[in-house]
Order: sequence, then C-alpha cells, then structure tokens
Amino acid sequence: MSPLDLALRQELLALQDAYISTLDTDALEQWPDMFVEDCLYEIIPKENVDQGLPAPVIYCDSKKMLRDRVVSLRHANIFQPVVYRHFISGLSVQSAETDEVAMQSSYLVINTSQLGQSVVYQTGRYHDVVLRTADGWRFKSKRAIYDTSRIQTALAIPI
Amino acid sequence: MKDTDGAPAFATSIRLAAFSREDGSRVPYGVFTSQAIYEREQERIFRGPTWSFLGLEAEIKAPGDFKSTFIGDTPVVVTRTEDGGLAAWVNRCAHRGAMVCRQLRGNASSHACVYHQWRYNLEGDLFGVPFLRGLNGQAGMPADFDRKAHGLRKLRVESYAGLVFASFSETVEPLADYIGPVMGGYIDRIFHKPVEYLGCTRQFSNSNWKLYLENVKDPYHASLLHLFHTTFNIFRVGMKAHCVTDEGHGLHSIIMAIKQDEGETSTAYKDQKIRSFDSGFTLEDDSILALIPEYEVLATNHIQPIFPQLVIQQIHNTLVARQLLPKGPNAFELVFHFFGYEDDDAEMRKLRIKQANLVGPAGYISMEDTEATELVQQGVARDASVSSVIDMARDAPAQSDTLITEKLIRSFWAGYQKLMAFDDAGVGEV
Repeated sequence: MSPLDLALRQELLALQDAYISTLDTDALEQWPDMFVEDCLYEIIPKENVDQGLPAPVIYCDSKKMLRDRVVSLRHANIFQPVVYRHFISGLSVQSAETDEVAMQSSYLVINTSQLGQSVVYQTGRYHDVVLRTADGWRFKSKRAIYDTSRIQTALAIPI
Repeated sequence: MKDTDGAPAFATSIRLAAFSREDGSRVPYGVFTSQAIYEREQERIFRGPTWSFLGLEAEIKAPGDFKSTFIGDTPVVVTRTEDGGLAAWVNRCAHRGAMVCRQLRGNASSHACVYHQWRYNLEGDLFGVPFLRGLNGQAGMPADFDRKAHGLRKLRVESYAGLVFASFSETVEPLADYIGPVMGGYIDRIFHKPVEYLGCTRQFSNSNWKLYLENVKDPYHASLLHLFHTTFNIFRVGMKAHCVTDEGHGLHSIIMAIKQDEGETSTAYKDQKIRSFDSGFTLEDDSILALIPEYEVLATNHIQPIFPQLVIQQIHNTLVARQLLPKGPNAFELVFHFFGYEDDDAEMRKLRIKQANLVGPAGYISMEDTEATELVQQGVARDASVSSVIDMARDAPAQSDTLITEKLIRSFWAGYQKLMAFDDAGVGEV
C-alpha cells in the first residue's frame, strides 16, 4: 500500500471515528454536520437490499431531514434512554478519486439499557460515499444495511 | 363466528381469567402474562375459527414462489401453486417433525425435508420417500404405508383483495364473511387496485400481542403519546373521525382520522395544558407530511386491525400491512409489509418511501407504541387479578365520530372473552 493510500485510509478512518462519536456521546446536534447538504442517509434491512426492495426504516434525502430527525428526537419522541457503542471494522475502499470515495465497513452497535444490560442491538454494513469538502471529508451518502432484521423494541437514535 | 371444539380441561380449580364485566371495560392483567392463557389462545384463536393474515399475493406472484411465516406460533408456509392458486401448510415434516422449508422466501416446485428427504408437492402432498421399497432386497416401508395419509398438515387458504389468509378451522365461515361487509368496504378503500410489494421491516417487543391490538384500537392515545403529531401540527384530537367495529364479533375495527382545518382544537389543547401541545417547532422538510389525495375520503390515518394477525395501515401516503405474531405470553413480533400501487409514478413511489419515516420501529409517530406496551408488560408482571380501566366514552356506545374513545378496545375484549370461553372450561392456573 502506497503512502498516499495509507494517508487516505487514515483520513477515512478518522471520519468514521468522528461519525460514531456524535452518536455514542449523545452529540446528536453535530450528527447532521457529518453530511453534505444534498445527501442520502438510510437504514434498511439487508433482506430488502438483497431482494432489490426499497422499504427502509429511516430514509432521509437531505440534511434538512437529518436535522428534523434530531429535533423530533429531542422534543417530540419518547423512548428509553439509548446508550450506543459503535464498533467499525473491515474498511474496504470501492473506488477513490481525488475528492470522492466509495467505501464499505462492518458495524456493530451495542446498546445498554437503564437496568445495565448490554446487548447486541444491531450489526450490519455501512455503504458510504464521501466527498472532500472545505470542512474535510463529509458523507454524501450513508446506507446502514443491517443484518439484525428484528429490531428490538424501537430504533430512535440513528446508526 | 362459530365455536371451536371443547378446550382441554385443566387440573386446578382456579379460573384462567376473571373478567368482572362482559362489556370489555375491565381486563384482568393476567391475560397478558399467563402461559396457560397463551396456550389456550393458540388453540381457540389461532387454531380456532379465525383467519390469520400471512402476506400479500404480491409477495408470491409466480408459481412456486413461497414465504415462510406463522399462524400464532405455528410455522407455516404459503406458496403459489402451478395453476396460480394458493396453498398453505404447517411447516412440519409428516415423518419426524422437522421443519421442511428452511428459507424465509424463495421459489421451488416442491419442498423436501433435509433430514430424510421426504418430498412434498406445493399443495403439501407427500410424493417422495427414499428407500420406500427398501434396498437390495432389504425391507423398506411396511406394505400398509400410504403416502396419501402422510402429507403436510394443509390449511384453508383464501385471499381478499390481494391479502392472503389461512385457517386451521374447517368450520370458520368463508373469509369474506369473516371480514364482513363493513370492514370489507374499508379494505377495498386501500386495495382497490393492484399493489406492489416494497419490502418489509421487523420489530420485536417484549410485551403481549394483545397489548398491540389494544394500541391499534386506541385513538385516545394517538395525540397524547405520539407528540410528533402535535409538535409538528399533524393530527388533532378534534379531527373528524370514524371509529367503528365489524358488525359481527367486534374483533375487527377501524380508526380513520379525516383531515380538516385546525383551529379550536389547538385552543382546547392549550386550555387543558396537555403536554403534547407545542407550537414552537416546524419541520425543515415537511414533504414527509404531504398528503396526495388518492381516495374518496381524505384521511391522514387509516388503522384497521383484522383479527388476529393483520393491521392495515394508511398513514398519509405510506401503505403497510402489518402482521402481528405472538411469541409467547411476553413477546410479539411485527412484520411491516410496505406496498404501493403497481401504477405509482416515480414521484409517488418516492413519497411512499420517504413517509416510511413516519411508521415502523423508527417511525416518528409509532416508535412510542412498543415503548408503551412494554411499560404495561412490566407494570402488570405480578398483578394478574387486577384489572385495567377502559371507560372512555363508555356512556356513548353509538358515538363513532370521535377519537376520544376506548370503545373499539372494549369491543375487542368482549369478543375475545367469547372466543376464549373462560366460563366453559377456563380453569387452570392464572
């Protein structure tokens, strides 16, 4: 792997770390800022993707919709406190141009309840397209394609 | 609805469930926690004189297309036959009991059990038994073995407007009569032209399946638990409403919320200082709340449970057939079957997908439902003989144009009591 490839890989890993930090530290207000304005964010079961079917759990086609989700979670929706810990592995780069990269990685989300029980809440694979912007790398598209098709109780906080 | 055969007798003398009123306004919490009641439900409801929703015809269009699912907690398979009809059978090999079909979905011209490769046709008839005549002169199956007597357990299957149902019962009335003309009319509203299946999402709740049926028969909670409605001004208690049950057993129902101008209802909220009124927020992208007229009646919500396993839902322009599956007394699973119409244009299809954000496990106006049913499950854990209080609008049984009512829930529990016949043989441990 060339030094350039390694540098890019470090940048992409740093972007992913920054992304999961917004979710794992309850910094939801910063979560939309990981995306460009004209973006796609989707959580969809693998069983639908495998069949070429579109039904999602969350589907946002603009940064506005991401901010709406945060406002709703903060002010409208009622749910048990969520404590996520995201673990990402297996980064693979599908295509890399100077300012646009397509990549995939596996993720694991452990959720811990108020009673102190930690469970595997969701596993899946991120399919990302990221753009180099003036503010650094940002997500143009992020699809969380999950294996854990049976969602336990509810899904409030994004993945 | 006709009755089933007698239920098994239990040894002890304690009544399984004691409903203090026949009108369904008092429900002993034991019905949500008792294993014995759960077992009786499987026999008297899911294997009784009912039709259980299995899926959409649009999911199994081609001959051989199949889907694994459940009636109650019994695994079943529904499949399209060679002649374009439908067949369903219990997914249990007639030989030694193994599940025959091991995939959620697929296409097959026959189904073989992997254990000993007994093979069945799509209708569930046994046609292949390895070593039926033995091998090299050694004995095979006995001379009196008759393949015709060892098919899969076949179920009655019927579809209504593209919705597929099956039943264990030989005596239950035909599906259309079971649904009834009133409920049928509301189903026809949604299923008035061919639909296209768009995929499913699944949600698991640690609470009793009947708590979810209560929830979808409860318009009273809608604007109080789901604050998204009121926070973003979607839904008002004073909206024009239809809340009606079927004309027979009262186990099916519909809630429709019909769009009208707001005004005095938001004032009513402010006056009562109900926490859910908050006018300070607007959506940056409100296309999620678009309502493109598709039906004669412009309703934002159409929530229609067809007992016991189906809830038909139209919320704005998103369309779902929810399948409700019990998983023991303390758990249920929901499978949300999203669909559109075959003739949707690209814009409409995109809107349906976008509005999926409103419903399901992450839905803006649904994520609280399983939270609420789990709170009940936790709250009632040790109080089987204490009863809930389901009194809203009890003095106005004819009133059907309000969302402030619990009459659909009472009707459900009244029908449930009859079906379960706790008085006849309902003795056992609570």
